[in-house]
Amino acid sequence: MAAFDLIVIGAGIVGTACAELAVREGLRVAVVESGAVGGGATAAAMGHLVAMDDDPAELALSRYSLGLWERFASLPEAEFSRCGTLWVAREASEFAGVPAKIARLAAAGVVARRIDADELYRLEPALVAGLCGGMLVADEAVVYPPRVALHLLGLARAGGASCVLGRRAVALSADGVRLDDGSTLIGPVLVATGCAVPELLPQLPMRSRKGHLVITERYPGRVHHQLLELGYADSAHGDADSSVAFNVQPRPTGQILIGSSREFGVDDRDVSPAMLRRMLERAFAFLPMLRELQALRVWTGFRPTSFDGRPYIGAVADRAHTWVAAGHEGLGVTTALGTAQLLIDQVLGRAPAIDPMPFLPSRALQ
Amino acid sequence: MSEPSVHLHIDGVAVEVPAGASVAAAIATSSEVAPRFRRSRSGQPRAPLCGMGVCFECRVTIDGAAHQRACLTVAREGMQVRCDD
Repeated sequence: MAAFDLIVIGAGIVGTACAELAVREGLRVAVVESGAVGGGATAAAMGHLVAMDDDPAELALSRYSLGLWERFASLPEAEFSRCGTLWVAREASEFAGVPAKIARLAAAGVVARRIDADELYRLEPALVAGLCGGMLVADEAVVYPPRVALHLLGLARAGGASCVLGRRAVALSADGVRLDDGSTLIGPVLVATGCAVPELLPQLPMRSRKGHLVITERYPGRVHHQLLELGYADSAHGDADSSVAFNVQPRPTGQILIGSSREFGVDDRDVSPAMLRRMLERAFAFLPMLRELQALRVWTGFRPTSFDGRPYIGAVADRAHTWVAAGHEGLGVTTALGTAQLLIDQVLGRAPAIDPMPFLPSRALQ
Repeated sequence: MSEPSVHLHIDGVAVEVPAGASVAAAIATSSEVAPRFRRSRSGQPRAPLCGMGVCFECRVTIDGAAHQRACLTVAREGMQVRCDD
């Protein structure tokens, strides 16, 4: 019967970030993870650290978190690569929207620059002819998320956290959590289990949004920036049952990571040939040279998606001593460190650096 | 009557092999020392293990196309092969 100041359920990028910060703040922390550390959505993710400007609250959290990520800019395990994000415009209407996008980002402290067609092709000669231009966010980076999760857990453990690995939290109790071997941990609980949140907190709606990714062999120098179509947000934040968007990333190894797809209502992990074809056709439409490359591996993953697209971060209002940090959908890696700061500040009764209101779980308990 | 042969370049070196030989065989015969086909991420030399297209350790660049399996590719006249990428 062990007692803690905070019991973190889930050792993905969000749970490990919260555990690491809680330990740094002097709390007695336990971490419970039934599977591999960073093995869920964290392992399936692209690891792109990106500011998305379509929701002001999400932008504030992203910007805050991007600043915190600088701490790992030279950590070998993070495989941090500041390739920058290059948003590309295929339609004139998309290109016309760039100045407004730059202004929204600037208001949040993110520096972006309009790129005309000539410069676009200087930056990325492999792009298909006929694009209008784009927008460059030069400071953005990519990381390798599962290794960062493992690193964060290592820091937490070195600071005294107890790690209960290979055990599943089966139920919250009045004073803690019960594990699948019948043992109990006593203390406030933080549920950071992503898609699995409803198993412990059925009052919080969560859907799994399936995605596919392809990684190629090493082809150094073909792509230089993380490339996304400016129509990406329409796919990411639309509510269509399935959508694809051009999203291609150069890995530090020279490999090329190709996304992205989104599907609601599909719960098997299998690669869907039809969805894969749609996704790749979209990528080929922007980068025809991808057709000639050899893919090495294809995998799927599930994004934890809340009822309104914003993560749940804060106290679970209808239960004592219960916290949640989950539902980040496609921005969990970007916002993990900011999420941890926002959550632990609230646990300690401190005023967070950004407004916690838009993320409070109570909005889902109406 | 000598058997027909093909001529190709391996890392700029002219090599002659019997018609029908694989690129892997051409690379092997072209080298006085242990031939190098590719390098691992950490820079270690790699060479064919299986010789039948499964291990992917013999990949080389052939006529500008990267990651071609040398063991499955028949040597053709005028091929430009680059190893050690």
